[in-house]
Amino acid sequence: MSDVDALDRVEATEAAIELIRRLRALHGELMFHQSGGCCDGSSPMCYPKGGFKIGMRDVRIGSVDGCDYFVGGAQWETWKHTRLTLDVVPGRGGGFSLEAPEGVRFLVRSDLCEVP
Amino acid sequence: MRYAAPNTEGSKVHYKDKYGNFINGELVPPIKGQYFENISPVTGKPFCQIARSTKEDVEKALDAAHAAKTAWGKTSPADRAAVLNKVADVMQANLEMLAVSETWDNGKPIRETLAADLPLAIDHFRYFAGVLRAEEGSMAELDENTVAYHVKEPLGVVAQIIPWNFPLLMAAWKLAPALAAGNCVVLKPAEQTPATILLFAELVANVIPKGVLNIVNGFGVEAGKPLAESPRVSKVAFTGETTTGRLIMQYASENLIPVTLELGGKSPNVFFADVMDKDDDFRSKALEGFAMFALNQGEVCTCPSRALIQKSIYGAFLDRAVTRTKQTEPGDPLDTSTKLGAQASNDQLEKILSYIDIGKKEGAKILTGGERVKLGGDLAGGYYVSPTIFEGHNKMRIFQEEIFGPVVSVTSFDGYDDAIAMANDTLYGLGAGVWTRNVHTAYRAARAIQAGRVWTNCYHLYPAHAAFGGYKQSGIGRENHKMMLSHYQQTKNILVSYDEKPMGFF
Repeated sequence: MSDVDALDRVEATEAAIELIRRLRALHGELMFHQSGGCCDGSSPMCYPKGGFKIGMRDVRIGSVDGCDYFVGGAQWETWKHTRLTLDVVPGRGGGFSLEAPEGVRFLVRSDLCEVP
Repeated sequence: MRYAAPNTEGSKVHYKDKYGNFINGELVPPIKGQYFENISPVTGKPFCQIARSTKEDVEKALDAAHAAKTAWGKTSPADRAAVLNKVADVMQANLEMLAVSETWDNGKPIRETLAADLPLAIDHFRYFAGVLRAEEGSMAELDENTVAYHVKEPLGVVAQIIPWNFPLLMAAWKLAPALAAGNCVVLKPAEQTPATILLFAELVANVIPKGVLNIVNGFGVEAGKPLAESPRVSKVAFTGETTTGRLIMQYASENLIPVTLELGGKSPNVFFADVMDKDDDFRSKALEGFAMFALNQGEVCTCPSRALIQKSIYGAFLDRAVTRTKQTEPGDPLDTSTKLGAQASNDQLEKILSYIDIGKKEGAKILTGGERVKLGGDLAGGYYVSPTIFEGHNKMRIFQEEIFGPVVSVTSFDGYDDAIAMANDTLYGLGAGVWTRNVHTAYRAARAIQAGRVWTNCYHLYPAHAAFGGYKQSGIGRENHKMMLSHYQQTKNILVSYDEKPMGFF
């Protein structure tokens, strides 16, 4: 895992933070991994902390309400000029992300930012 | 014509209020008694309740599959093939009903389910019934007294996790080879599209022996995860995205079992200058190939979502491509004239809109579309997006990430080398398109693009007997071809000595 200490590229909306707290009460400490690819891809996945084994090339790009947020290294290369805002919308879930039974889905919104 | 909406008078489909899981040949309620509302993206409204299963239901399905695996594994190829052919016959006899249901559950136009999803799924069962009969092991004479026999055996019980973009067809892609090879299956449909496969299960309940096919519905985290991490399965097959793909491999590494994965792409569609040489059928076909980014609302792992056009024809080709694209607008999915239906879920709609937003922020120019479409009447709550063409460059996020919507990102290239470099400048390698009148360029480009399927002077054809699967981060394995049988088989080597004398080692 590459822990680029200075990276702080993820924010969260109030709705996302409220959902994180609700999920934390149910499942304990949490983590996020940004997915790519088809179907539910290009969206964040929320797991119990440690539920996804972070690899050597994953990059921690920040944290939201105390939860580490990771992206695969190669994917981050194509994303690093952007800043993410974690949001939540009504939805049907995706992959094994924890929020599905709540009838909602985490979603990232993006803005441009300076690449250090 | 317009097909009547399910659960209304004259419809081909009348759903029950509630559906349980299909285990051991029958629909059974989930053990904890919980259900979730299943929403139609056509209207945004719920139309039936589906089992919200848990680990206990997965175990029950695995019990049924394990109880059935020995008998099914020993069933003769002729009899297994007969079952697959009968499944195809039953689907054929109920084609319209299944097509209407698929449209209602997924949002895709009925024109497509009638002409593609169902016929392809039916043919898939027939294809694997056929190749199964022709399969054979091998025998090798290692020396005059020593013979190696290689015999194919089923894996046993396998897990399959199905996506929501072609729910029944993707289930067929996975089920047909697994059943043909003699395995029993526990299948978890996507929670977005759980309904049609249950109608299918009811139709084939007396065709497929009990316990050979088991379907457990519910949320990924509650039902898919316990299935994928179970030490009681011998293989996991998954179609979806990269993080879940990696997670499934993590679970598989603990159980030391194989996986096949199909994880999407960002497929380049390359148009060389000579497509514009004549105003003829071929040029029209190439423009059709461009516009097919909107097929299935762009919810295809191989969506040709990056159009690369040679600079010398860029303006002329793109003008025509925009005109062609504008001919398609979202409409009522149950109307047979509609070519573009609803996105499969609200969160999918929101994700597409978020990508249109970042595309604009990165400076890409919208040539057409770019917004949600509100249809009237009952469809007002449905999830519709107009086909969207962005003009930009290959380093933009809309060129690098799968949006899974009717959105194409267009740029130009200078010559052959530039085209190939740009086509391959992606994390993925599932599909690609090459359009040219020159056979030499066609072959060279098809070989140079790092993707498992290069459509050459065509696109979006998915016939059985053409291998489908990914290079790079797009996955592992090849579906849609007899070689998929080997992904569901063990190889038994029986090494026999016909020499009566001692071996002489000891």
